Amino acid sequence: MSTSSETKPLRPAQETGLLSWLGTTDHKRIGVMYFFTTLVFFALGGAESGLLRAQLAQAEQNLLTEEIYNQVFTMHGITMVFLVIMPLSAAFFNYLIPLMIGARDVAFPRLNAFSYWVYLFGGIFLYSSFLLGGAPNGSWVGYAPLASDSVSNMGFYAIGLQILGISSLAAAVNFIVTILNMRAPGMTFMRMPVFVWMALVTNFLLLFAIPVIAVALFMLQFDTLFGAQFFQPGSGGDPILYQHLFWLFGHPEVYIMILPAMGIVSEILPVASKKPLFGYAAVVFAGAAIGFIGFGVWAHHMFTSAIGPVARSAFALSTMFIAVPTGIKIFNWVFTMWGGKLKFTTPMLFSIGFVSMFTIGGLSGVTHAIVPHNAQQHDTYYVVAHFHYVLFGGALFGLIAGIYFWFPKVTGKMMSEKLGKLHFWTWLLGFNLTFGPMHMSGLLGQPRRTAVLPGELGSTVELYNLLSTAGVVVLTGSALVFLYNLLHSIKRGEESGLDPWDARTLEWLTASPPKHHNFDKIPTVTHRDEFWHRKYAEDESGMPISVPAGASEDHDGEDDPDEHIHMPDNSLWPFIMCIAFLPFGYGLVFLNPWLFGLGVLWMVVGYFGWIVEPLAEGDDDDVPDDVHDRPTVGATTH
Amino acid sequence: MRDRTVSRQTSPRRSRSSVLLLGLAVLLAACGDAQQNALDPAGPYAQGPHDLIIPVAIIALVVFILVQGLIIYSVVKFRTRADDDGSLPKQVHGNTRLEIVWTVIPALILAGIAVPTVQGIFEQMNEPDDEFMVVEVIGHRWWFEFYYPDHDIYTANEMIIPVDTPVRLEMTAADPARSPNQGVIHSFWIPRLAGKQDLVPGQTTFLNMQADEPGRYIGQCAEYCGLSHANMRARVVAMTDGDFQTWVDEQTTPADVPEEGTLEADGRELYHDLGDRMACASCHQVWEDGARNPNTGPDLTHLMSREEFAGAIHDLDEENLRQWLRDPNSMKAMQYEVNGLGMPNLDLTEDEIDALVAYLLALG
Repeated sequence: MSTSSETKPLRPAQETGLLSWLGTTDHKRIGVMYFFTTLVFFALGGAESGLLRAQLAQAEQNLLTEEIYNQVFTMHGITMVFLVIMPLSAAFFNYLIPLMIGARDVAFPRLNAFSYWVYLFGGIFLYSSFLLGGAPNGSWVGYAPLASDSVSNMGFYAIGLQILGISSLAAAVNFIVTILNMRAPGMTFMRMPVFVWMALVTNFLLLFAIPVIAVALFMLQFDTLFGAQFFQPGSGGDPILYQHLFWLFGHPEVYIMILPAMGIVSEILPVASKKPLFGYAAVVFAGAAIGFIGFGVWAHHMFTSAIGPVARSAFALSTMFIAVPTGIKIFNWVFTMWGGKLKFTTPMLFSIGFVSMFTIGGLSGVTHAIVPHNAQQHDTYYVVAHFHYVLFGGALFGLIAGIYFWFPKVTGKMMSEKLGKLHFWTWLLGFNLTFGPMHMSGLLGQPRRTAVLPGELGSTVELYNLLSTAGVVVLTGSALVFLYNLLHSIKRGEESGLDPWDARTLEWLTASPPKHHNFDKIPTVTHRDEFWHRKYAEDESGMPISVPAGASEDHDGEDDPDEHIHMPDNSLWPFIMCIAFLPFGYGLVFLNPWLFGLGVLWMVVGYFGWIVEPLAEGDDDDVPDDVHDRPTVGATTH
Repeated sequence: MRDRTVSRQTSPRRSRSSVLLLGLAVLLAACGDAQQNALDPAGPYAQGPHDLIIPVAIIALVVFILVQGLIIYSVVKFRTRADDDGSLPKQVHGNTRLEIVWTVIPALILAGIAVPTVQGIFEQMNEPDDEFMVVEVIGHRWWFEFYYPDHDIYTANEMIIPVDTPVRLEMTAADPARSPNQGVIHSFWIPRLAGKQDLVPGQTTFLNMQADEPGRYIGQCAEYCGLSHANMRARVVAMTDGDFQTWVDEQTTPADVPEEGTLEADGRELYHDLGDRMACASCHQVWEDGARNPNTGPDLTHLMSREEFAGAIHDLDEENLRQWLRDPNSMKAMQYEVNGLGMPNLDLTEDEIDALVAYLLALG
């Protein structure tokens, strides 16, 4: 770093300590911050689900009042969707996209920090509602006009999600530009890792879907806070309009949550099978097709709402249609394993678990498209079972597979395989025990979002609910095993070496953990699965043979470092600016012009501080280390 | 009519097969006491969708077995064995023919499913072919109100219908009175008779329903509607034509006015006047003569002809009525103090409660 930065108090040059984190613009550190923040929110969302299941363990229980129960289930949904699954995917995007495409950082490093801080303060804002008069209790979909009623306390929802949406939008722009513009020489679109492809599709979905919910939330906020009448039928508004807007965002949102996990699994299955991904192009195009069709199925969340038979028919057809590309992906994953030599590492187990459990969620999804019977399934625990098989059995299994898989990349250490397998099997058991019975309790008549399990639903429904609660106990224990494994391995995990999985993609070409600037020399890409091709060549019959030099120890990228490496300096401005979202949000929720004004002013000051600050101070050439002296902690060596 | 009976007899077997699909057959044996069971249709508007979902569920089961079978086979067959020589497997990049197969076959299956689905949608939503009866359903926070336009009957929580007659529900939602200004969305769901349909303030939605047998069919609100959503249940009581006519005659008779000097008469006075507290009559209706004027709370004209109250979560008996008048919030979560929804606590004395309960119990 240049010496001039020492004279600027708002430009921390430290490489360790709190300030270095508050001011970081390093995509890897931001990814790590995303990751740990989602862990905290996952614990909160999990604790909420524990409360819900405790209440429903027996019929007619009243451990929680209706008032509290309704807040808890609302916050459980908001937390898991907006504060866990989406940002956990963002953690992977942050850490992996630049490494996988052979770049040194994302396109807009400070905007990247901004995205993280907005997310953090948005999450804090939402959770502070528990202390400020009660959390939102209008369910995560926030249907008007219930949500516009002040008793639903949905001001925090409308503004909190708006803040989180800003985070997602900024991140989406950043990742799209990064992927389109910053790929290493030779990395054509069809040589990109599937994870990067899915990240690209996901971020385009965010880019187009977030503005839709932004409109819905603005209208809801105006109804809630200022008495506008967008969704009030008595004055000409339309409650169903909100549903259309919400789900026009909400269904692409489902794919926003699942596509990153699909990308992760598409990376892990080939590595653990020692074969390339079966049907790369089919998987990529199926992902893109899902992205497109995903915008045309939203009203299947509204089959029992006030929409007519023609709309119901149209959305039934499009919903069935989207099962086709999803099926293509599943078959390609299975055939990736076919004929391989499978190693059942923990990431592989979670990946197989993903394919298997997601299939169940996909099939129950097709049954939802049978509209006449959807009227029985809708808003019951059958639907709760379905979307947990998609989002927990699907998205979360895939993301956890990714955590185990890339942990050695991030830390240079391995997570315990023994504990990892214990985690997997208990997780699989607990998951199915929790959500499997919900299929049945739903079909036997249990509606969702009910604070009391009515005794009149019968002893079978009660039994299923008790099993679900028992499943949460198993999941809790399993999560603790994971947490212990994670924290213990960070400190005391075995050294992983550079290529613990015999991996295929570029991120494994560099040190683990990677240096601040990722690659001393930007690699030139000649193949899909570039790293694999540097280690192996195929003979004429398609059988791979090792490249004699043992390329994994001697890849050419590091021998001849680039002379000019430009890295952005740290900046505190994104952090400073984002604090403003708190007074800004409270000012709106409590209709306090002073707080609101303070927030706006603070934001403007932060914004200008950001503008006038150069990306990097002075001559910012980062001189590469001696390549034979591999650093152990990349970011701290400069 | 006969084929309906036949299909009803076969339904336990069918519901069992759909459970198999979900891999939970073992636990199904005990589902005999599930009264709100969507897998046990008791009328044509529940039977039709049920008959549609069963073949789909079987197809889904086959696909499930195929995919999981492929996964398990691959896992067993292609695992790295202990005596592995360390060589790499053949590097297969894909197979266009297979891609076409697993694109086209699922698409054809889905196209096959789509045809009866679309037919079913129209059948479900169109007016019944036979002559039908209309009942208006209004969703309030947190109870269902029913109005019979042909007979000018108002009732709550329990909807009475004749068997074997299609009933077309015309539904909307409103709080607290008949203005949509404060209504929220509800959903009326009696699983054994029909799927659910949302009730939307300011709009009318329709739902067809028909019971093949006399009986009491239970259900509840299925669209989250705020604080006491869980306590918003509903019943449909199907009666033979004769019983239904008796019920109609009873409901179209004005309430009796109790004799002067009795406890019931005192109750009736309190019902109309509680001094500076709000009187019962300011929200409820007991129709004695003239035109019926529906009010914001449940109609009490023939209260005791119903079995349950408070959103059908409590039996309608003396003890429960007393507690309800003494402290309604202890029996059902409501928010009268916050936004006027639900029954307020009127700070009644025990004497007042005695008189009011006597009056209410006489509203047969």
